[in-house]
Amino acid sequence: MIKFLFSGLIRDKHRSLIPFLVTATGVMLTVVFHAWMTGVLGNSIEFNARFSTGHVKIMTRAYAENMSQTPNDLAILGTDTLMNVLPQLFPEMLFAERIYFGGIVDIPDKNGETRAQGPAMGIGIDLLSENSPEIERLNLASSLKNGQLPVNKNEVLLSNKFAEKLELSPGDTLTLVSTTMYGEFTLHNFTLAGTVEFGNTALDRGTVIADLRDLREALNMDAAAGEILGFLKTGTYDVVQTTAVTNRFNARFLVEEDEFSLVMKNLPELNNMGFLVEYSDKIKGILVAVFIFAMSLILWNAGLLGGLRRYGEFGMRLAIGEEKSHVYLTMIIESSIIGFFGSLAGTATGLAIALYLQNQGLDLGFMMKNASIMMPSVFRAQITPATWYIGFIPGVISAQIGTMLAGMGIYKRQTSQLFKELEA
Amino acid sequence: MKKLLLVFIITGFTPLLFGQYPDGKDILRKIDDNMISENRYYESSMIIHGRRTSLTFKLKTWTAGDTKSFTEYLFPVREKGTKMLKLDDQLWIYSPSADRIIQIAGHMLRQSVMGSDLSYEDLMEDSKLSEQYNAKVSGEEVVDGRKCWIVDLTAFVPEIAYHRKKLWVDQERNIPLQEELFAKSGTLLKRTRLSEIRRINERWYPGKILFKDMLKDGQGTELVIDEIRFNIEVPDHIFSKASLKK
Repeated sequence: MIKFLFSGLIRDKHRSLIPFLVTATGVMLTVVFHAWMTGVLGNSIEFNARFSTGHVKIMTRAYAENMSQTPNDLAILGTDTLMNVLPQLFPEMLFAERIYFGGIVDIPDKNGETRAQGPAMGIGIDLLSENSPEIERLNLASSLKNGQLPVNKNEVLLSNKFAEKLELSPGDTLTLVSTTMYGEFTLHNFTLAGTVEFGNTALDRGTVIADLRDLREALNMDAAAGEILGFLKTGTYDVVQTTAVTNRFNARFLVEEDEFSLVMKNLPELNNMGFLVEYSDKIKGILVAVFIFAMSLILWNAGLLGGLRRYGEFGMRLAIGEEKSHVYLTMIIESSIIGFFGSLAGTATGLAIALYLQNQGLDLGFMMKNASIMMPSVFRAQITPATWYIGFIPGVISAQIGTMLAGMGIYKRQTSQLFKELEA
Repeated sequence: MKKLLLVFIITGFTPLLFGQYPDGKDILRKIDDNMISENRYYESSMIIHGRRTSLTFKLKTWTAGDTKSFTEYLFPVREKGTKMLKLDDQLWIYSPSADRIIQIAGHMLRQSVMGSDLSYEDLMEDSKLSEQYNAKVSGEEVVDGRKCWIVDLTAFVPEIAYHRKKLWVDQERNIPLQEELFAKSGTLLKRTRLSEIRRINERWYPGKILFKDMLKDGQGTELVIDEIRFNIEVPDHIFSKASLKK
């Protein structure tokens, strides 16, 4: 029977083409939408984690209270010991010391006098250790625009726009004007190794990336770091795992009475990320559900229209003695076939578009200029296992539900009226 | 009770009734005459009481009038040889470790000097009060056992670090014992306390000044004057950029 119905669908394009196109379009949009939402929300969380928050962040309590000012005078002391202890206590995590700092980048002329100046925000990371995971974590190699990654002491990276503004080229000298951990005024000379572009408005405006050891010398922060970021070894943020780690850490290290005791904060507690993390799954679910519901209505409508168009045909079939349940069943089987192939085509097209958006991304930097949280300016879709079925299953089901609802009219038709209708 | 009330009325209203409050401008002029000199040389210790530690700097400073000043850091070792030069409204800093001279300008002037409760702007402000502020005496109070006039100052020059000041001025020695410094919005920005007042030549001068930035945590910054000399010979070459690298 399926073969017979299938042949009918192929031969009678009026019966199959529109529902097929509607299903395929709806499924395609669902797939693209899901991949896009997953990508945008995931990109934002991971971008913040890598550059600013980590999956968890360790600070002193006093530092945490004024975190937005990156008060290095309240930094963690004795990080050398701590960095040996942490991997043993939390084997599921990788830890990285960071120093965030502010200051002025001053460029000397040939007489050593100021030629140009600009305000800078800096990040101190482990740049020079062999196989430092920080280089990959911050995507430095592929963000490099000019020059090379630092390989020697006192070499730094500058955001490309900042370097252009200061008319700096790799190999030039720059002086960092800042304050030490003890508040002393400090000047430290660096050499520009290369320039980077992250695709983030804030980072690309005036960022200096220096090696942790050089910064410790410049900012008088021997064996100290403003923050220690923790990353799950899986590489993806997981609220259940990080909550467990945070609770274990704070139970061991946090002393309420000591403002310099260590505290661990989970990603949702940092940089206004709570909303994004808490609601990312919910928002995604709600949006996809609304979308699927709307698609079901369209398919139901398509089924109704098809039912109306085939009103005469169903009447004829009932009049010549076909059972109502059989007519109804064939309609459902037809819609299943259309739903299956429509969903298949929609999923394939949707995945192709999502793959393109995953690889190429969309530059929405112009919308991110005043964003309060750190966002990448190029957003990319993300294809996950769910993307493969998120459109397919509702595509098949909603096509069937639409047909089932529309086909209920068959049971309301009176055999006695059929011939009158046919005569008319 | 009636006697007490009478005493209160008499002591409270006497100055108003008989106009005993002196002219605010006169007080400012007396402060200027006492504090400002042609030139001076002093050695001082700046003790910064942070939230975690206290840090001591030792420095020597030469000033000429209210436009020139030169400071050299002697201690700690990390800062030894750091020099600051102020000429009119410009400020340069030399760091021996970087061997660079940097001009501090714009909003950087509002930043803290060596993490202290003083800003570069504070350091640069050495002009006569009477040339910058209008003053009005609003009462009297006892500070550190000394009778003081409470003088409210309002700036009449446009570009100034503190639009309003409130001084508690020693009535006999013409030196402020306490100051409150306000922004134009009325926010209290800093509080200073001058103590260990001593007679040096014909002047009364503080041996210790405690600065407290009210917007900052910590216990404030003490400036202890270890040695001070007024109206001495200061060679002019000191106040040049060339002397920064010497």
